[in-house]
Amino acid sequence: MPAGTLYRGREGMWSWVAHRVTGVLIFFFLFVHVLDTALVRVSPEDYDKVVATYKTPIVALLEYGLVAAILFHALNGLRVIAVDFWSKGPRYQKQMFWVVGVVWVVLMLGSVYSVLGHAFRVLVGS
Amino acid sequence: MSTTESPASGVGPVEGAPVYTVDNPAPVIEAPRKRTKKTPKSTRGNFEMAAWLFMRLSGIVLVVLVLGHLLIQLFLDGGVSKIGFAFVAGRWASPFWQVWDLVMLWLAMLHGSNGLRTIINDYAERPASRMWLKALLYTATVFTILLGTLVIFTFDPNIR
Repeated sequence: MPAGTLYRGREGMWSWVAHRVTGVLIFFFLFVHVLDTALVRVSPEDYDKVVATYKTPIVALLEYGLVAAILFHALNGLRVIAVDFWSKGPRYQKQMFWVVGVVWVVLMLGSVYSVLGHAFRVLVGS
Repeated sequence: MSTTESPASGVGPVEGAPVYTVDNPAPVIEAPRKRTKKTPKSTRGNFEMAAWLFMRLSGIVLVVLVLGHLLIQLFLDGGVSKIGFAFVAGRWASPFWQVWDLVMLWLAMLHGSNGLRTIINDYAERPASRMWLKALLYTATVFTILLGTLVIFTFDPNIR
C-alpha cells in the first residue's frame, strides 16, 4: 500500500486534537452552566426545576461525558505544561501521553458508580 | 566604516602579527537584528506571549478548582441528586466557596475564551468571519463573566 499523503501525526497530534475538542465542549457547557446557575437569582423553584433535568438518566450520561472531557483536558494540560517547562518534557511527551491515558481510564472507571449510580437507581426503580 | 588594514605595518592581515591593536581597534559590527535608534518601533506587544503564559498558569489553578468543584457537585454526598437551591445557599453562605467559585468563573471563562480565540484564528480565514466570530466570542465572554459575578455577589438565600 502506498504511503498516504494525509498528515497523521502520532500521540502528539492526536492529543492536540483531543485537547481542542474537549476544550470547546467544556467551554460551551460552562456558558450554559453559568446561565442555569443564574436562576438562583430568579427563584428557588425555577432553579430546582432546571437542576432536576440534570438528575435524569440521559443527562447523567452527558455528565459522565463532561467528566471524561474535563479529566482528559486537565491531565493532558499538565502534560503540555511539562512539555513546555520541563527540560526533558519534549523527549518524554509520548510516554506522558500514555500515562495520561492510563490515569484517565482509571479515573473514569472509578467515576462510574458516583456519577452514574443515581441514574442507574432511577432506571431500575429503587 | 574604518578600513581593516593596519596602515603602518606592511604585513597582510592573514600571515602577520595581529592587525588590530589597542591604538587601532577593530571596527564594531552590530549584531544583525539588534534594535537600534533607527529600528522602527514594534507595533506588537507581548500579548501572545502573555496569553500563552496565562493558559499554563490558569490551567494549573483550574485543575485544582474544577476537579474540587466536580468532586463536591458530582461525586460526594449523593452526587448530583443533592443539588438544589438549598445546597447552593448552604455553600455560598461561606466566603470561602464564594471566592472559590468567583476565581473559578473568571479563570475558566478567560481560559476558555482565549482557547476559542486561538481556534478562530486557526480556522476562520476570511477577515470578516474572524472579526464577527471574535466579536461574538468576546460579547458572550463579558456577558457570562459579569452575570456570574453578579449572581455570586448578590445571592440572596431568602429570595422567597
